[in-house]
Amino acid sequence: MALSLLTPMFKVERDEELCIQCKVCMRQCVNGVHWYDEEEDRMRCDHKKCVGCHRCVVLCPTGALTVKKYPLEFRENAHWTLDYIRSIYLQAETGGILLTGMGNDRPYPVYWDHMVLNASQVTNPSIDPLREPMELKTYLGRKPKAVEIKNGKLAEKLPPQLELDVPIMFSAMSFGSISLNAVKSLAQAARETGTFFNTGEGGLHRDLYEYGANTIVQVASGRFGVDPDYLKAGAGIEIKIGQGAKPGIGGHLPGEKVGPEVSATRMIPLGSDAISPAPHHDIYSIEDLRQLIFSLKEATNYEKPVGVKIAAVHNVAAIASGIARAGADFVAIDGFRGGTGAAPLRTRDNVGIPIEFALAAVDERLRREGIRNEVSIVVGGSIRNSADVVKAIALGADAVYIGTAALIALGCHLCQKCNTGKCNWGIATQDPYLVKRLNPEIGARRAANLIRAWAHEIKELLGGMGINAIESLRGNRLMLRGIGLNEKELSILGIKAAGE
Amino acid sequence: MKKVYVREEYCIGCHLCEVYCVMAHSRYPHDLLKAFKKGDPLPLPRLWVEEKGPLTFAFQCRHCEEPHCVSACITGALQKDTTTGVVTCEQERCVGCWTCVLACTYGAIRRDTKNGKMVKCDLCSNWGEPPACVYYCPNEALIFVERGE
Amino acid sequence: MGNFCEYLPSGCAISGIINKKGKRFNGERILESIAVMHERSNGLGGGFAAYGIYPEFKDHYALHVFYDSEKARTDTEQLLQERFHVDESGPVPTRPVRAITRPPLIWRYFVQVKPQQKEKQIFSVEADDYLVATVMEINEKIPGAFVVSSGKNMGVFKGVGYPEDIGEFYRIDEYQGYIWTAHGRFPTNTPGWWGGAHPFTLLDWSVVHNGEISSYGANKRFLEMFGYCCTLQTDTEVITYVFDFLVRKQGLPLELAVKVVAAPLWSEIELLDPEQKELLTTLRAVYGNLLLNGPFSIILATGREILALNDRIKLRPLTAAEKGDELYVASEEAAIRKICPHPDRVWMPDGGEPVIGRLQECIEKETTESAELA
Repeated sequence: MALSLLTPMFKVERDEELCIQCKVCMRQCVNGVHWYDEEEDRMRCDHKKCVGCHRCVVLCPTGALTVKKYPLEFRENAHWTLDYIRSIYLQAETGGILLTGMGNDRPYPVYWDHMVLNASQVTNPSIDPLREPMELKTYLGRKPKAVEIKNGKLAEKLPPQLELDVPIMFSAMSFGSISLNAVKSLAQAARETGTFFNTGEGGLHRDLYEYGANTIVQVASGRFGVDPDYLKAGAGIEIKIGQGAKPGIGGHLPGEKVGPEVSATRMIPLGSDAISPAPHHDIYSIEDLRQLIFSLKEATNYEKPVGVKIAAVHNVAAIASGIARAGADFVAIDGFRGGTGAAPLRTRDNVGIPIEFALAAVDERLRREGIRNEVSIVVGGSIRNSADVVKAIALGADAVYIGTAALIALGCHLCQKCNTGKCNWGIATQDPYLVKRLNPEIGARRAANLIRAWAHEIKELLGGMGINAIESLRGNRLMLRGIGLNEKELSILGIKAAGE
Repeated sequence: MKKVYVREEYCIGCHLCEVYCVMAHSRYPHDLLKAFKKGDPLPLPRLWVEEKGPLTFAFQCRHCEEPHCVSACITGALQKDTTTGVVTCEQERCVGCWTCVLACTYGAIRRDTKNGKMVKCDLCSNWGEPPACVYYCPNEALIFVERGE
Repeated sequence: MGNFCEYLPSGCAISGIINKKGKRFNGERILESIAVMHERSNGLGGGFAAYGIYPEFKDHYALHVFYDSEKARTDTEQLLQERFHVDESGPVPTRPVRAITRPPLIWRYFVQVKPQQKEKQIFSVEADDYLVATVMEINEKIPGAFVVSSGKNMGVFKGVGYPEDIGEFYRIDEYQGYIWTAHGRFPTNTPGWWGGAHPFTLLDWSVVHNGEISSYGANKRFLEMFGYCCTLQTDTEVITYVFDFLVRKQGLPLELAVKVVAAPLWSEIELLDPEQKELLTTLRAVYGNLLLNGPFSIILATGREILALNDRIKLRPLTAAEKGDELYVASEEAAIRKICPHPDRVWMPDGGEPVIGRLQECIEKETTESAELA
């Protein structure tokens, strides 16, 4: 066998003083990095196999392990960096497309970090959320042009809405791309915190129907798992057109991940590849989308809001406007840092635009057209903390989706190996040895804690600004100032520079 | 009474329960490193992980209502504590006859051949609550609860 | 003049009187009332709104306009001539007051929409909208021109100075009105611009305001969708526009518009009967962006009524009193007692709880209308 030119990514360091040979590391590493050398009575390891998931480090009871970047240095070269050289070795060995998981990790500017928030001083009092009411409730869905009142009474009912206690929802992640325990964790957390999880294109497992009131069911190009019961089970429906990690690309769940449960839930034969086409083959234009929106509304008796999810691409503002006019009740926009269970590396890292710009452009466009208030905007694809949420809402979002952040709460260490199915944390895997590593009780607790923690922080930030309801922040770009941005960037974001 | 139960669907087969059981019954019951580095000879773990394919679970004494091991014990070393319900073994009186091993329908008693004594789970009566295996189970597969049986 | 797309925070004094029988009285009492609260303003802005002062032109829009220059005046007048019948025009009468320096040119016009304009516009825009569009255009496009008020049978008199000096300057003792509101301003920063003083108006709406609208950015961007240009240096103008939008454009009763701007808490809505709960949930869900968030007390007036309102957690002072046919509202009780020493009732309204004083003829008319509908 010809020699592989790939050198290790990581170096596992074991402090022999601390190692008690308990073999936890060996048992926990699905990549087979660690083994026990009986003759030497010591643990040994193969650095080459390490993906940097930290499972062994976290589980080691004596803290004997650490994982470092492999110290091997190429001759310094600003152009040919390690990643590009490695990619070529790999492709020279395999002849294949490079695949990866999670979101774009390239050093593009993070615009959240170039915006700062306002606070009250003297002329208006800041509000202490521990002592005063502070409201985060948000309604997603179509709003009428005007509330019709007759004789002091409501003349026309509000169209169906999603009622969120916090403006944060869990992004679409399918059962298949993630484990059932991961989905269960998010479903339970959504119920506990008064928000929603999204099925992705994975169908709704029978165990999860009980979470229907906190479920957004997705209809994507493969239509996996879609039947009347599925559509009726959720509180809302989302048509998935695109995903931030792979705009313009479909999905492919390999047959080996299609076990009995995935097969039954997706309604596809056991062991068959689940291929979601790049486009919906019944949507080649905006008027076709309108038909699907209304087909789904018909099928659910106009009782559920129907939204459309798109990837943030160059022309996102016009597309979002078209979607709003096609009858969507909410538009979900996924930025170019959005995560994925599997995507071609070059697509993930090079296609799409930052969500901050996409959001600013869409919100501004819908306002210019006078229809912003009729449709809700949800953004995802890089929300890392509560301040990002606050900034997103100030730029104009109604709510945000979190995917990567939610998975990190469940234990993900961002090793980007989701596509391999060998997730040592039991999240992005269907392997029965691994799936049970995520106890959904713990997962739900952690995910719900994250939402609660962020909700507290959002309240603190709102209080600091002297406002006590999230709707007073929505689109309130005066609460934002830019730092280190050029004129063009400021104008796209619609904010002033700090000091202005 | 509160007992240790395993939820095998969450048992990840890491064997940390065994590791901490050893620590709790060693000369350094609260210092894992010393227990292993200086505790020689190490005590046997009172519970152990059974494995078959992806199915794994930790297993230990059930502290039966009417324990056969207690009836069978020829020296009276094994007793069921009337207040706590814990089945305990008075080590000094154990003569290593292994009758209890034969009598236990669960196979939850092990032989410590080095010392010629039987060993079994004592629910960490001298260590704390919950027992070390439950306290340190990283996935909450082991729980210490009261269940009507 | 004044293309500042932001607001300047300010503290203030406000006062208002309505005679519910529509009996008119001159501006001396409101001037006395606001003068009591001298300490609450700093001489950088004062003003009055008066209703019922132009009965001889009650069907005309009365435009009060500030000009920086003669050119601004000729440009504006040309535009007005093109679009309206200008039936009377002239400078607003003033008297010299030592404390008032460098006033702009202050003119007023009584105009009606030309019939042919009406015809051209009739399908898309009502006469009111046409006037509003013109006001917005003048304020935004003609440098040095600013429309101070544009309602019927009403007018606003304001400027840079203490309110008592401003009242003297404008000779408000010579006008007879059945509603008067007043404002003394304490801006923490000001370019000393006359247009920046309160009241702010649009058509018959006028607002005097004490406080800061922290939701300004959200309110402003919402209103901009519907053609309102928030071009002034104050958050107060959005209050005017919010009410104009909700009541005139969206057709909400004033009582429900109040539930939008000072929305009940969700926890309070939760406790209401199902019908009310649905109504208020709908209002908040649809008009959430028009919630006025932050500390404020305001007095809003139209030709039919006055409305005094606090923010929903009452972060600014507001007192109300009644005597006979008159309703008084002011930042401080002293300002009421000064002109009405023995009111029948004095109270401090809760946060978000509106005090509404309506002309009796309007109430009677509504009752007949709703009886007819029923």
